[in-house]
Amino acid sequence: MTATPAAEPYTTVIGLEVHVQLQTRTKLFCGCPTTFGAPPNTQVCPTCLGLPGSLPVMNRRAFELALRAALALDCRIAPFTKWDRKNYFYPDLPKGYQISQYDLPFSSAGQLEVVDPKGAFSRRVRITRVHLEEDAGKSMHDEAAGVADSRIDLNRAGTPLCEIVSEPDLRSPQEARAWLGELRLLLVYLGVSDCNMQEGSLRVDANVNLHIPRPDGSLAKTPIVEIKNMNSFRSVERALAYEAVRQFEEWQATGAELGSAPKQTRGWDDAAGVTRGQRHKEESSDYRYFPEPDLVPVTVSEEQVAAVRAAMGEPPSVLRNLLAERWKISAYDADVLVNQGRPLVDWYEQLATLSGDGKAASNWMQQDVLRTLNERGATIGEFPLEPAAVAEIIVRIAKGEFDTSRGREIFAAVLESGTSVAEVVAALGIAAVGDDELEALCRELLAANPKIVADVQGGKEQAAAGLIGQAKKKNPNVNPAKVRAMCLELIRRG
Amino acid sequence: MHLSERSATDLVAAVRAGELTATACTTAFLDRIAAVDGRVNAFLAVDRDAALAQAAAIDERIAAGRPVGPLAGLPVAVKDALCTADLPTTCASRMLAGYRPPTDAFVVARLRAADAVIVGKTNIDEFAMGGSNENSAFGDVHNPWDLTRAPGGSSGGSAACVAADMAPVAIGSDTGGSIRQPAGLCGITGFKPTYGRISRRGLVAFASSLDQIGPMARSAADCALVMETIAGHDPGDATSLAVPVPAYTAALDQPLAGLRVGRVPAHFGPGLDPEVAAGVEQALAAFEAAGATIHEVDLPHAAYGIPTYYLIAPCEASSNLARYDGAHYGVRAEPGGGVRAEPGGGVRAELGGGNAALGPFDSPLVEMYCRSRAEGFGPEVKRRIMLGTYALSAGYYDAFYAKALRVRRLIQQDFLRAFETVDVIAGPVSPTPAFKLGEKTGDPLAMYLVDMYTVGTNLAGIGGISFPCGFTAGGLPIGFQLQGPALSEPLLLRAAHQYQQLTDWHLRRPALVP
Amino acid sequence: MSLTRQDVAKVGLLARLALTEAELERMTGELSKIVDFVSQLGELDTSAVEPLAHPLDTRNVFREDEPQPSLSTAQALANAPRHDGSCFLVPAVLGETGAA
Repeated sequence: MTATPAAEPYTTVIGLEVHVQLQTRTKLFCGCPTTFGAPPNTQVCPTCLGLPGSLPVMNRRAFELALRAALALDCRIAPFTKWDRKNYFYPDLPKGYQISQYDLPFSSAGQLEVVDPKGAFSRRVRITRVHLEEDAGKSMHDEAAGVADSRIDLNRAGTPLCEIVSEPDLRSPQEARAWLGELRLLLVYLGVSDCNMQEGSLRVDANVNLHIPRPDGSLAKTPIVEIKNMNSFRSVERALAYEAVRQFEEWQATGAELGSAPKQTRGWDDAAGVTRGQRHKEESSDYRYFPEPDLVPVTVSEEQVAAVRAAMGEPPSVLRNLLAERWKISAYDADVLVNQGRPLVDWYEQLATLSGDGKAASNWMQQDVLRTLNERGATIGEFPLEPAAVAEIIVRIAKGEFDTSRGREIFAAVLESGTSVAEVVAALGIAAVGDDELEALCRELLAANPKIVADVQGGKEQAAAGLIGQAKKKNPNVNPAKVRAMCLELIRRG
Repeated sequence: MHLSERSATDLVAAVRAGELTATACTTAFLDRIAAVDGRVNAFLAVDRDAALAQAAAIDERIAAGRPVGPLAGLPVAVKDALCTADLPTTCASRMLAGYRPPTDAFVVARLRAADAVIVGKTNIDEFAMGGSNENSAFGDVHNPWDLTRAPGGSSGGSAACVAADMAPVAIGSDTGGSIRQPAGLCGITGFKPTYGRISRRGLVAFASSLDQIGPMARSAADCALVMETIAGHDPGDATSLAVPVPAYTAALDQPLAGLRVGRVPAHFGPGLDPEVAAGVEQALAAFEAAGATIHEVDLPHAAYGIPTYYLIAPCEASSNLARYDGAHYGVRAEPGGGVRAEPGGGVRAELGGGNAALGPFDSPLVEMYCRSRAEGFGPEVKRRIMLGTYALSAGYYDAFYAKALRVRRLIQQDFLRAFETVDVIAGPVSPTPAFKLGEKTGDPLAMYLVDMYTVGTNLAGIGGISFPCGFTAGGLPIGFQLQGPALSEPLLLRAAHQYQQLTDWHLRRPALVP
Repeated sequence: MSLTRQDVAKVGLLARLALTEAELERMTGELSKIVDFVSQLGELDTSAVEPLAHPLDTRNVFREDEPQPSLSTAQALANAPRHDGSCFLVPAVLGETGAA
């Protein structure tokens, strides 16, 4: 495969279909738990096993979370919604049908925008619909002892899923990846799902084709291909990039256009870095949808929608703007903070309030707090310091008691020792350096460094920087900027 | 009077008064089953020891002065379409031979909690699909009034069991008439309450928007007694009505005077056996003599009931029965031949001879599905699955299934309009008395027409009760049906009960000598 | 005959029902008759009528998000034709996804 040429002779058109597991305690239609990783077939009951005589009853919390997701995606909420049976045979689908939503989904016509913080792109993606359905179980192919069997675990069967379908508004693999990141952040922020692709609580399929301008100005469109089996956002980006090139080469070879063949499904092979065609099943698409007789329809009132909206909390996009305005930090900084999740944002806001300096607080968050969290693999909830401690450091730096690099030493020491900032300051012997003491020290340095003095007198002011290290060795409490200023002043005075 | 001839109401009172033990009562019926069921084939499973153990436990509590439930000591037979944790639940199908549910159906749990004694599971048309109980994988049920005739279906076993005094009460289910029609053909009382009145949890689904469980007994009073135990809201059934249960037995005594009874002229057209017509007219006359008024009403779309039903029911059934695929329970045809009934080591299903099914199959998995279902299901079930699958498939949905749902609303509107002027609608429950076994099995459509008077009730979701109103010259019971608006159970039970105070058709018994 | 043998064979596959030659023949005749019969609904003008999927007007039935006891694995597998004590076993599902 050749690399994607810099100026592409085509437009890549991408739509995404995302399934997220809702963060409920129990399944959509029964009281079995949905915790990940339980031993096979230990979270099952007659309803999710599809035993004869079993019946589904809708989980109220699941519906509320689904409403929340749809409202966050700016969707229109249908005042009347119902469920339908999607009929097909598969061993991970014990009833022989999936309870889903067909012609009257509970929400439609929304949007989610993604803006690259570095300004490379900005894309508003329309959401066709968000609907609520149950998940299937797991089918595992077991090659042990040469037995060609599949093992079926129905723990996952019946887990509540929101299916989010986008219009084909995305225009590059990078955009798609970023948009997924934004969607994930939004849903995590709102407590709708933990969106963990490793655990399967977020799954993505993509639909992609190319629009290729012909020399005569008309537009050729390649057949749409559905891509499955992408297990990370990075895989999504790689798969789409590969597929775009593949489709272009195929079009150059065959000229096949949209509508000339039924929609193809291809699976992404991450190890090999290619998509592979899957066997085409002719009758697989006749799901014989009909209204689910065991579930009654649901009506959603305006009051209900308002209540869900009120309880929702701010989505990331709103929060970014809010932080930037409130604390006078850049869009980039706000983005970094918001991406870390609500708990860290809340911690930051406390720090900004207590220190009185949002910008400094932001720097400390990014350069010190986050670095420490990453090193320790910890969350902000596990961070041993309180915002007040870091705020104290910031305030004291502002007062000139010590400089930032000294402040970092204090930060590290407080983390290590578990004592207070004041105690560490005392232990490190940090004290302000008076002007007389500073002048005396500088005179000493100048006397000891005639070459540097000569360089500065010759016009190279930056040579003074060489004195700072020496100054700190003699007295760690000196402020580097003050040392530099004082030395230059003394040299100027002669 | 032999114990097995006493009414449920009577037996329950006797046990409560200490005049009769649960054990004596249960033994009497178990003995009766042993004596006559060989010829009737009403039961698929009877566990004598378990039933007597249940009875003994109840007697112990009574002797110790501890409280017992309102049905203490009452033997009850349960249609084999309802799940029982301690008896197999086969739906009279090879597909579920030996299947043991992990839990009781809601209704069964209620009966047990009321200290009824579950004596066994009754035979049915396979998966509740049929009108004669000739579709069972485990043999036809024979009408106790004439063993060469069908008892009706699909609750044929339950109806025959009560008619032959093998149990004072049986539980059935009714999707298009499956309680009322066999009750009519067997001379007993069968009640299908309003949709949602009784929880469907644990009833193996045939057509989910039509299915309803109901009691079958010798009298409306006995049906009322059982209704008080089994009716009521179940949060585990989303279609179950959150409406309080009236004290049905306390409301039976209001006389018939003033009752406005509707008679539908279209019900009396060709296709209705003249003796049945005569019996029904006689019953109407009796109602009138007792002070009820008879009014002509029209149900303009009644004739479309059968085609509507035979679209909606098979469509829902085709989906409800998709779970029987050999994967997680039920019979499986392993690739390479042979059918095994592995679960719990129950009945071993036999592979029919010379039945090489068409291949080739896309994969061993598809082969397993196709052959398990081919070998597990009987012909009527297959027919309805095929019909339903076709009618739901792409291109046909609007013309068939969706169309049927619209006609369904017209049928419901007919009833709503009729009930503006009458309190109940009366008429035949079956176009003929009990027909000969084998008479209609050659023509599926002919069999479908036996439901012509009963499907409307299910389509509209309203209540219906049937009971005997006479006998033919040949000694076969003639059935009579009352239909009432949604939640009119007290009215229907009362009207039937009052009729049964004025007549004794319901007390007649077949001459089934042990 | 409103259904052809091909129609019936196609429906058979959709319904996962293997039909013998004899059954295919018989079923084609029977289903055609039944379909003809039910087609009489086409006589009625239902353009102004809404479908009635649920006979009664119930709405908004929910359950709370509270865990209930599950079955044991042994109970779940008790009726399984083949299992390994932990999972149901079926003939291999090779590289296919169930829904297209």
